[in-house]
Amino acid sequence: MSLFGRPKYSKILIKKKDIPQGLWEKCKSCQEIIHKTQLEENLMTCPKCNFLYPLSSAKRIASLIEEGTFVELDKTMRSADPLEFLDSKPYSIRQEQTIKKTGLNDAVITGTGKINSLPVALGVMDFDFMGGSMGSVVGEKITRLIEHAIEKSLPVIIVSASGGARMQESTLSLMQMAKTSAALGRLRMKNLPFISVLTNPTTGGTTASFASLGDVIIAEPKALIGFAGPRVIQQTIKQELPDGFQRSEFLLDHGLIDMIVERKDIKETIHFTLDFFMSGKKKSSDNGNGKGELRELVGAHALV
Amino acid sequence: MLKKNKRNANQTTSKALIGFEFEKPVSELEGKIRELKEFSVKEGIDMSSEIKSLEEKLVSKKCDVYNNLTPWQRIQIARHPNRPYTLDYINMIMDDFRELHGDRRFAEDPAIVAGMAVIDGRRIMVIGHQKGRDVKERTFRRFGMPNPEGYRKAIRIMKLAERFNIPIITFIDTPGAFPGVGAEERGQAESIASNLEEMSLLTVPVIAIVIGEGGSGGALGIGVGNRVLILEYAYYSVISPEGCAAILWKDGGKASLAADALKLTGNDLLKLGVVDDIVPEPMGGAHNDVEQMALNLHKAIIKELDSFEGMSKEEIVNSRYDRFRKLGVVNEV
Ligand SMILES: [Zn+2]
Repeated sequence: MSLFGRPKYSKILIKKKDIPQGLWEKCKSCQEIIHKTQLEENLMTCPKCNFLYPLSSAKRIASLIEEGTFVELDKTMRSADPLEFLDSKPYSIRQEQTIKKTGLNDAVITGTGKINSLPVALGVMDFDFMGGSMGSVVGEKITRLIEHAIEKSLPVIIVSASGGARMQESTLSLMQMAKTSAALGRLRMKNLPFISVLTNPTTGGTTASFASLGDVIIAEPKALIGFAGPRVIQQTIKQELPDGFQRSEFLLDHGLIDMIVERKDIKETIHFTLDFFMSGKKKSSDNGNGKGELRELVGAHALV
Repeated sequence: MLKKNKRNANQTTSKALIGFEFEKPVSELEGKIRELKEFSVKEGIDMSSEIKSLEEKLVSKKCDVYNNLTPWQRIQIARHPNRPYTLDYINMIMDDFRELHGDRRFAEDPAIVAGMAVIDGRRIMVIGHQKGRDVKERTFRRFGMPNPEGYRKAIRIMKLAERFNIPIITFIDTPGAFPGVGAEERGQAESIASNLEEMSLLTVPVIAIVIGEGGSGGALGIGVGNRVLILEYAYYSVISPEGCAAILWKDGGKASLAADALKLTGNDLLKLGVVDDIVPEPMGGAHNDVEQMALNLHKAIIKELDSFEGMSKEEIVNSRYDRFRKLGVVNEV
């Protein structure tokens, strides 16, 4: 299936001097010349060296969810600038400009849809919107997504790309970490799976909350994933950081993630995993591990 | 109830050894009064009326200075080297305390202390960040910045408390979780994230009290309380003002501007719903009268513990969920 339309130039023989500007690009990783359309068709993966370019939230959703099945939740939600935060410019202006530039209302898109025939609740963060930072909107949308999944008995998938908590909403951003994590606690009590997909970069308050709480954690190759930023760590310990520090491969070696999966294979991996867990779901509603009673109570409360 | 003579040996006894620039008018007046008193004794001249008038002036000067502190000045007080730390309060407020150690996985982390305690005859589990008083202890305590093991010890002991229906008190006082190679290798982010989830499910009351610095995720990692209190001059923020200034103002020196913008003082946090109550401090900060501070804190803790009488486990879990659930402000068009 072609997700992003037919390639327009693939059948035309082009002489190098005829190339319209910006159609061909030098890969910033391998320096090879690559075709933009080919790059897009390849989910922004360099066809020569597999370097991963950022994937927009819209394209990510298209890469995972069957066409025509995605129903977006809380589409119009925007930040209210509760602190009237002012740095070099007011947060409200910064936000307006970002909305105009990106066409997004905030740094996450949430909704339901189908992966093959499997219904899921999906959240996808977008690094383009203020570095994918989590403020009230991201926290609220993710929490509502999880609560919606609990109500409808859906598994949850969140694809993260985030620099962490949003400074412009200060402690309210910080509190979103607790809020989203608590919602995942309820999801767990209902025995619904949560798959966390970590992409470049996922750091700070996002990693220190929902992104690290996946029942299964999948990372794209070579993604920067960590709590503190490498620069902060270097300034603190005043030593060189080890090779590959805080990259997906480093996290896999240290037992912090389950697997590294190429971008094109993520959909199939998620489908297999969810199908694996969910196909036995019907008869497993009673469980005997001591928190069963609480599980029921918490679940009932979440429905209110 | 309050043990006056059992202060932490490391607690510096001399007051105001470290004065701030904004306290200068106060210390100058104090100096004048001292001089006048000495002079009056030495020369045998009665100057009591002059002294009395200066002392009155001192009281109003103190009110003037300490009631008009900027957020950045408050942060200086929250970081004051003589400010009481978790173990100081435990020693003064608790009738008994037996420390418990280790995460049972990798290490003991002295940046977080935890243990069994008795307050007014009631059993509680206490967990708190711990800073060091002198150079050696500061290094040992990693300046109150925990590694993953600290968070894992904390949740282990909280779950232990839960099994025996013992309420939990946490004291928050950290610049942040430690940014180190080992911390990252052993899952600093995961240790905090897990605590957030696990604390949200605890069936016993959790009272979290920010006693000094509430540094971001490192603070929140033991901060998911049914009730969250903050001491009058303590602060709670998503990032240090210095860090925020370096990123948003491209100048770490603009920390005072960032401190204003971040709305990190008790009153701001109360308005935002991030904290539920403010515990008053002695004039000029807890370090000026540690015993009074301990009394205030003791009173606040007992009041909070009483408020959970008769609550069911379900109510405890659900009200904590609701407390955090409502935090955040959004626009829906
Ligand atoms: Zn390449």
